[in-house]
Amino acid sequence: MIDEPWSSILSAAVYILLAPVIGGLVAGIDRKVTARMQGRVGPPVIQPFYDVGKLFEKENPVVTTTQNFYVLSYLVFMVVAGALFFSGGDMLLVIFAFTLSHIFLVLGAYASYSPYSHIGAERELIQIIAYEPMIIFTAVGMYMVTHSFNVSAIVSSGIPIIMFLPGVFIGYLIVLTIKLRKSPFDLSTSHHAHQEIVKGVTTDFAGPNLGKIEIAHWYEYVFLLGVVYLFFGFNPLIAVAAIIVAYFLEILIDNTTSRVKWQLTLRSAWLVAGTLGIVNLGVLYYLRMVVAP
Amino acid sequence: MTYLKKSPWIIHYDASSCNGCDIEVLAALTPLYDVERFGIVNTGNPKHADIFLVTGSVNEQNRQVLINTYEQIPDPKVVVAIGICATSGGIFRECYNVMGGIDKVIPVDVYVTGCAARPESIIDGVVQGLGILESKRLAMAEKRAGSRAKAGDAV
Repeated sequence: MIDEPWSSILSAAVYILLAPVIGGLVAGIDRKVTARMQGRVGPPVIQPFYDVGKLFEKENPVVTTTQNFYVLSYLVFMVVAGALFFSGGDMLLVIFAFTLSHIFLVLGAYASYSPYSHIGAERELIQIIAYEPMIIFTAVGMYMVTHSFNVSAIVSSGIPIIMFLPGVFIGYLIVLTIKLRKSPFDLSTSHHAHQEIVKGVTTDFAGPNLGKIEIAHWYEYVFLLGVVYLFFGFNPLIAVAAIIVAYFLEILIDNTTSRVKWQLTLRSAWLVAGTLGIVNLGVLYYLRMVVAP
Repeated sequence: MTYLKKSPWIIHYDASSCNGCDIEVLAALTPLYDVERFGIVNTGNPKHADIFLVTGSVNEQNRQVLINTYEQIPDPKVVVAIGICATSGGIFRECYNVMGGIDKVIPVDVYVTGCAARPESIIDGVVQGLGILESKRLAMAEKRAGSRAKAGDAV
């Protein structure tokens, strides 16, 4: 057995090295499954790696040099958030670093002069406002069940967290749709509605900068699916199965729904957080404090 | 290592075409032809694009738009003129308000003829463009290495 500080450093290093590989494959499988759902053959599973490799071969036209800094910060803080998570760090600190990285992306989009980039930045902010409460409730719910914000303690507690937090889990899956930039909440990048706001937040990023954003997305995928793992931490097999089912559901929702306006995105995300999240936490509190103290 | 040929992202611009060729361009993205098999993605953003597909004979109204779009695409890039109007002006060639072909305005690498151009020939044109894209990338890399070596000499 490796000692405590070294094992967490090791798992952080493993995350930093392997997350882009897994995240890229997840993105590739996503595109393949999406294509099959639409009756197409689809690109090869490793297509996302070709895409990013290509982006680094291209010229890097920069609108304002501050963009480079913001994009790099987005990537670095996304890696930091995931590394903290996988090294068993504090959930609240993880969420803080995760949100900060997205703020850098928004700042990067605001740094350019394109109105499409600005619309994308505004929508990205709205998306952050929409999903943030539910993410916080997820951390709070895990604290209420395991009495710890530390990811390592949550995983090793052996408690089937999903049994205590079914509402929070469903709520998390719904905000996961926002986070994975999937329809019906794909507002800021206009990923599916191609020319609507050109490319939203990523409009003025090209070449290597866009490549860095893609790599940050891969790190993000692995981190977000890691949170799904926490709900089923008592049994790794069930946890991996849950991740696969959850991601498949996200692809299905992506392909069967049309996009909604930002108002409905915000309202539905908060409604979910307000009902599923708060009711779940309230019931848990009642059972802990009143029924069986 | 070359990834450019495996992930050509296209942008499509209608420079006063009758829309016939544009429908054929979009047909190439449907399940029947599914160009995403080859990693081809239709982006709406010139800054993300590698291959510029242009249809129509270009007039005074959209001449500048065409130039702007072309200049916003990062190097290396390839221009494919699609349809007889884009290659030479077609039946509108003699019109007073028509440029008569994309190559009067921006440099064109591949010409795809037809009225309207068939999806098969459009895909063929894009595939031929990939070879040119690769040679442009090599030229760019050589130029970069050359300028770096020169800077080294100066030091």
